Amino acid sequence: MIMTTQDQDQHLADLFPPPPPDDVMAALHARLTVQAEAAGLLDVAYRTLDTPVGTLLLAATPAGLVRVAYEREGIDTVLERLARQVSPRILHAPQRLDGAARQLEEYFGGRRQRFDLPLDLALASGFRRSVLSYLPAIGYGHTASYQSVATAVHNPRAVRAVGTACATNPLPLVIPCHRVIRADGQLGAYLAGPEIKHQLLDLEAAV
Amino acid sequence: MTGKQPFEQLVSQHGPAVLRVCRAVLGPVDADDAWSETFLSALQAYPQLPADANVEAWLVTIAHRKAIDIIRQARRTAVPVADVAVVAAPDDRDLDLPGSLARLPERQRFAVSYHYLAGLPYAEVAAIIGGTADAARRAASDGIANLRKTHGTVR
Repeated sequence: MIMTTQDQDQHLADLFPPPPPDDVMAALHARLTVQAEAAGLLDVAYRTLDTPVGTLLLAATPAGLVRVAYEREGIDTVLERLARQVSPRILHAPQRLDGAARQLEEYFGGRRQRFDLPLDLALASGFRRSVLSYLPAIGYGHTASYQSVATAVHNPRAVRAVGTACATNPLPLVIPCHRVIRADGQLGAYLAGPEIKHQLLDLEAAV
Repeated sequence: MTGKQPFEQLVSQHGPAVLRVCRAVLGPVDADDAWSETFLSALQAYPQLPADANVEAWLVTIAHRKAIDIIRQARRTAVPVADVAVVAAPDDRDLDLPGSLARLPERQRFAVSYHYLAGLPYAEVAAIIGGTADAARRAASDGIANLRKTHGTVR
């Protein structure tokens, strides 16, 4: 640096255009998401949504909703994992998640009992994927035991693996792993904590 | 870092600096388009970028290419062939640059913007504008000296 004092640095800074204000950057960002979508370069779009169970992260590929994450998983951590596992071409682009956000709001408002959204199960494979594909068959307000799910997917001894599939569900709420409980009637674990599982089953029972 | 950051992080971390560079090099009218084209090209190429690359230098390199395209385009479309005086002028007056930056020769304007605004070391600046790091350093310091001369309040 040829500058020696802060005073001179300030004068130097006066020679340049000032840092752009936030609203200018927001407008450019919005334009970028539209152009990226049009060019087929938006591999993962995401937004956050405030709900009665906390802030949720919603992320979608062009194929469909790929990830729903609770805040406790860490929004940044989940995005970094998506960058690794799906694609680093990730932008905050709420428009692609409009449908998912609306349906989740309706669900929490007691006005929706099943989700009608394109889903991308890219983050689940093998047995976990077959478990997740089965779970929407457990209707709103109903529950099923880990054991009965294992039987339903033709692997009655894989009770623990059903538990793992639920614990690593990339699309909680939309794929209703909260409706899978223990055979003795206790609620069992939930990826966002047992109290959230309780809250969701209460919500569904109240309607 | 175990992997590549989500592209969104690049936009939030480097977006303002890249826009400032675009404005310094091109002026406010063309800066927005240069910024958009830069980040769209970067998004396309991002999966192939080596994980240890200097992201800011990479973005400024792309922005520089976009700026050159826009400057060439402006010269082609805005300068009548007969207008010898304008053709000879080195100051890109049709780019609507902020006053004192507009009076810098192009190379000095690039060197000053990429070093002082984007914070790139002279080796990176040289990689972008061509020539050696020493030449980039001279271009930047000549540019600053010229800015001081034309900018009345600077001591």
